[in-house]
Order: sequence, then C-alpha cells, then structure tokens
Amino acid sequence: MATETLPFKEAPKDTVGEINKYDFVTQTTGVFKARKGLNREVVEQISEMKGEPDWMREFRLRSLEIFESKPMPEWGGDINIKFDDVYYYLKPTEGQGKTWEDVPQEIKDTFDKLGIPEAERKFLAGVKAQFESEVVYGSLHEDLAKKGVIFTDTDTAVKEHPELLREYFGKIIPPEDNKFAALNSAVWSGGSFIYVPPGVKIDFPLQAYFRINAESMGQFERTLIIVDEGAEIHYVEGCTAPMYSTESLHSAVVEIIVKKNGRCRYTTIQNWANNIYNLVTKRAMAYQDALMEWIDGNLGSQLTMKYPAVYMMEPGARGEILSIAFASKGQHQDAGAKLVHCAPDTSGRIISKSISKNGGRSSYRGLCKVEDGATNAKSNVVCDALILDPQSRSDTYPYIEVEEQQVQIEHEASVSRIGEEQLFYLMSRGLTEAEASSMIVSGFIEPLIKELPMEYAVEMNRLIELQMEGSVG
Amino acid sequence: MTESLVIKDLHVSVEGKPILNGVNLTINRGETHALMGPNGSGKSTLGNAIMGHPSYEVTGGSIEINGEDVLDMDASERARAGIFMAFQRPMAIPGVKLADFLRHAATNVRNPGRKEGEDLIPMREFRKELKEKMGQLRMDTEFARRYVNDGFSGGEMKRAEILQLAMLRPKFAILDETDSGLDVDAVKLASQSIAEIGGAEMGILIITHHDKLLEQNTPNFTHVMLGGRIVETGGEELARELYTDGYDRIRADHPVEAKVEAEMQDEEAAAV
Repeated sequence: MATETLPFKEAPKDTVGEINKYDFVTQTTGVFKARKGLNREVVEQISEMKGEPDWMREFRLRSLEIFESKPMPEWGGDINIKFDDVYYYLKPTEGQGKTWEDVPQEIKDTFDKLGIPEAERKFLAGVKAQFESEVVYGSLHEDLAKKGVIFTDTDTAVKEHPELLREYFGKIIPPEDNKFAALNSAVWSGGSFIYVPPGVKIDFPLQAYFRINAESMGQFERTLIIVDEGAEIHYVEGCTAPMYSTESLHSAVVEIIVKKNGRCRYTTIQNWANNIYNLVTKRAMAYQDALMEWIDGNLGSQLTMKYPAVYMMEPGARGEILSIAFASKGQHQDAGAKLVHCAPDTSGRIISKSISKNGGRSSYRGLCKVEDGATNAKSNVVCDALILDPQSRSDTYPYIEVEEQQVQIEHEASVSRIGEEQLFYLMSRGLTEAEASSMIVSGFIEPLIKELPMEYAVEMNRLIELQMEGSVG
Repeated sequence: MTESLVIKDLHVSVEGKPILNGVNLTINRGETHALMGPNGSGKSTLGNAIMGHPSYEVTGGSIEINGEDVLDMDASERARAGIFMAFQRPMAIPGVKLADFLRHAATNVRNPGRKEGEDLIPMREFRKELKEKMGQLRMDTEFARRYVNDGFSGGEMKRAEILQLAMLRPKFAILDETDSGLDVDAVKLASQSIAEIGGAEMGILIITHHDKLLEQNTPNFTHVMLGGRIVETGGEELARELYTDGYDRIRADHPVEAKVEAEMQDEEAAAV
C-alpha cells in the first residue's frame, strides 16, 4: 500500500459538531482506578501503564489541552457531567470488584427474558471479563489472519501495527473536532482495530464481543476500521443484550476508512442503563465508488448524542445510514446522521426512526451537506417519529447546507401518534392493547430490523417488546 | 338454543353529542340483516358501538351476546367473544405483514383464554388454512406478505377484510359498507364469499347503500335507520324499495326522526 496514494483530503469543518456516545462498555470484574478527575498526570499514567510509544502519549496530552480549552456544546441535550467526579481509567485487577451478584436485578431479568444462557449473561454483563473474551477473540483472529485481516483491540494495535495505526489514527476525527472527541483522544482505552486487505471480502459479520475484555473496560473506547480497496466487511459491535455500568459517562470515537470500491457496514444496537451519558463520535470516509453503511440502534441511557457520519470524498462514493432511537421515561435520545458530499456524483440516504413513550424525548438531528464542486450529489433523508402517549416528545432538527447548484436533496419527515384508530382496528381482531401497540411499534421499526442479521433481528424485536411491556394501561 | 346478539334501547354519544337514540335489534346466528338509511343516520355508529370503539360512549341501554353483557369488554374481548366488524376504512399498519397479523388474531380469537406470550397457531397449519381461504377469495398468496392495508387499493382493503372474516370465523359479523369502492365483479365475488363463509353459522349485519351485496345475501330482515333509531323493519322487499325509491317515504312516515336527522345534518354543516 503506497502511502502517497492515500488522499487524506481534509474533511470540511463540521458545523453541527459531533458528539457521540460510547458504544459498548460493561462494568467488569476487579476495577482498578486512576484517581478521580483529569489532568496531565492521569493521562501520563494511562499511557505509561499501557506502555505506549511517545507519539501516542503526546497525542493524548495534546488532546487533553484541546479538551480543556473547548466549551461544552450548547445544543443537543442537557449534559450535566462533573468531569472531576469521573474515573478516566479503569483497569481490571484480579480478585477485587464486581461479581454476578452485583449485577442489578433489572439487568438479570432482562437477560432472563431475552433467553440468554447463564454463562453468556455473565460474559455479556462483563463480570467474567478476560478469560472467555480471549477465547472469542482468538478464534475469530485465527480464521481471518490467513487472509491478512487484522482484528484486534486498539491497544494491541498500537504495539503490533504502529505504522498502519499511526497513519490513520485521529485523522478522520481529530481531537480538535469536538470536546468529547478530545476527551476520548486523551484517555481512550480499548476498542476495535480492523484492517481488511485489498480485495478481501468477509462474508460473515465480524463481531466484537471480545471488546468486553480487560483492555477495553474503559469508558472511552476507540475504534479504527480500515477497509482497503475492493474489500468488504460487516462489523457488528456489541449485541442487543443490555449493558449496564455504574459509570455515568461513555464517550467513544469510531473512525472508518473505506477505500476505492470497498464496502463497510457497521451495525450497533445498544441498550444502556438509564443513568448513562452516551456521547459518541462516529465518522467514516468513503472514497471512489465505495459504500459505507451505518446501522445504529439506541435504547436506554439518560442522554444519547450520536450522529454517525459519512464523508463522501471521491466520485461515486455512497453513504447509507439507518438510525433508530427509543426514548422512554427520563431519557433523551438526540440521535441522527450526517451525509457530507465532498465530490461529484456522490449519493447518500438516511432513514431515521424514533419512538418516544412514557415521557421520553427523541430528537432527530441530521446534516446534509454538499460542498462546492460536488455536482450531481444526491441525498435522501426520511425521518419518522412515533409518539406513544401525550407525555412524550419528538423534535426534528434537519440541517441542510448546499454550496452547489446541481444537486438533489430530499427531506421527508413525519410524526405520528399511535392512533386510537390503529389500536382499535387491531384490538377488534382480538389483539390485546399491549399486543396491538407492540405490533405497531414492531412494524414501525421493520425497515431497520430487516437489515439486521437474523439473530440480532430476533433480539432487537424481543428488546422492543420488553420496552413496550407495561407501556399501556 | 339459538345464539343471539341482542341490542336494547341503545343510546350512544360521540364527543358528548347523541347519535343513537334508542336502538333495538336482535340478530340470531344464521340470520342476515340489512341495515340501511341515509348518510349520517347512525349506521356506522351502531357498528362501532357494538365493536367497542372507545370514542363511542354508550349512555344507555345494553348489548348482550347470549345473555352476556359486552359493554364492559374492550374491543379485543368482544372479538374473542365472537364479534367481528369489516371496516369501511380499515387502518394501515405499516411494517406488519398481513399474514403475521392474521396468525396472531386468529390465535387469540380461537383461544380466547390465551395469555400474551403463549404459542400461536402452528405455522404450517396456519399457512395451509390461509392459502386455502385466499384461494377461495381468488387472492394471490403474495398478498399475505404485504403490510396490513398499507398502500392497498380500496378493493384490496375490502378483500383483506373479507379474508379476515373468513379466518376469524366470528359468530356475529358487521359489514360496514363492504361493497363501497368495489367494482361490480368484486362486489359479486365479495357477496358470494360472504354467503359461503357465513352459511348458516353466522349472524350478519350488512350496512349498505346498495343492492348488489344483498343479491347474494338475501336479508332475512331489513332495518331502516333514521335520526339514530331503527324506524322500520321489514324483509328483503323493504331493501328493494329503499334502493329504488330512496328515503322520502320513510321521512314522511317518521317525522320525529326525520327532524332529528335534519338537525344533526345542520349541525354538521355548521361545524364545517
């Protein structure tokens, strides 16, 4: 791979700002902590404990300065985080820490209802950490290594693939991008690193259960995926099982590069504990004739701010984003997507669905941007909100910025309430009110479900049913 | 003992406005009743009230099946007690496949005690039956994979309603203008189907303006509604009179109800 052919065009300035949430953190066994609060000393300590090279330590320190200099975003949800009360690095140590008994009953019940076996539950809840994680990861690794695929955690990648990592790390989402990207850049830990060599097509989804292992216990994971020319990958992050954490803040960064004729699909479905701030920055750059697809489902959390983005950097690039959010009592899902056309003949599509119930609030916040010169760009945005009761709320904030004449941008939005008439119709056929509401909601999210691999679709449906339980009457 | 749907002195209001002012009607299983009357006379209101629409407030009277009061039941419970209504304008439920919906509905209706989460009718059994019924209705099986009423033409909606009728096999069926929006052939097919499905098993209340549906489903009784009451009951000859001559004679013979009707229509015009 010749370095000079990497057209690392500078991404245009992001006017909407980009925050996202941490995808996937699970509280774990023994947790050693850096001291509460954040300063140079803590950052250096993290870097030292990880045995990192100088460049990474410097990157972290520079990011810390940026974090400190940036104001909090003034849009989106109410973020009320006391940064001094957060532990920025959690390293598992043996023998001290969480056990299965410490897992909240509510989470155990959910596992139960999802029909997840005991062993897997413990694993998903993070109490079993390292041992089993390694097994899962190892088996995947072996299989793919033969094809030249690299699939590991990002900490390991720093050590084992320094050139590759250094070339791309922090290039798609620099620490300057936003306050939470800067925070993640300063204290990141864990996350997935994937490299798919030219022409390699992986026809089964790569799954990142392994990221629950010791190295990725932190609240600030960092994922980097490089899909080389003509390569294809479907990456499924986490699973639909519930995640809980005693921590209050999760802030991840996910960077993806899809080169010429490559394809990448990234699927996440998250179900967070209800006290979590979930603030993640996810962005992909798609080059000539490449396709990037985000499938992003958000349940739980107190506040989620997440807007997966595709920057279409060269002619023929395509971006597709399917996003779904379910906001219940005390929750605000500020979710959406961004399409940025930086080259001619690029096209994108956003389908966003949100459901609000029991006083929950969901917002669609999206950006469609066409740079000067990106002639014949096409974007289609459809966002639908479903509101289940009068206490709930839904807002739409579509931003459209077009600096080119010859383009085609479409935006459709609809808001509907679960109509009395729809309920009556289904009930007149013998469905109970709960079954009827559940069926209406399932139908509403069907466009997303049918994009998921079977086992995820089944779990997603079960999760929605659980969310719907007791929502009526 | 013949099973019956018995409505006595039924008063119904919508948003505080009285629409039905004392309706009496008894339908035995095996009988076909036609309910006719000018627009706004309260026909659809009667159907909705029997089915248990929450916006239709019963302010007096009773509705019973075989002596059991249904007024405290919600629509779901009434469906499982054996009542069905084919809607004039059925709702679209995007994303929900007709077959999935029907399997769920048929399971609940056939097993009224079923609790949420219990098994549905076995897939193979259900498919076989659905395919058979769709064949009788000359429906392409592909139709079952479409989303409930979503993007259906008027005719498709009506046929889907009849398919549901066939699958749910209710004791009592209300057909609310099932003939409207259908072309001549479709009405003929629909009416044949209803006759086949109903046979001697069902008590049927056909709400209609037209004669076509009644050709194949000769009513044992024809009721005429005016101003929120049933003012006359006769046999099939009454239906024939109405679609030939209209309602002038009815209005003249029932001045009190005609006045109520006129007032209601004035109010409606004022509201618009």
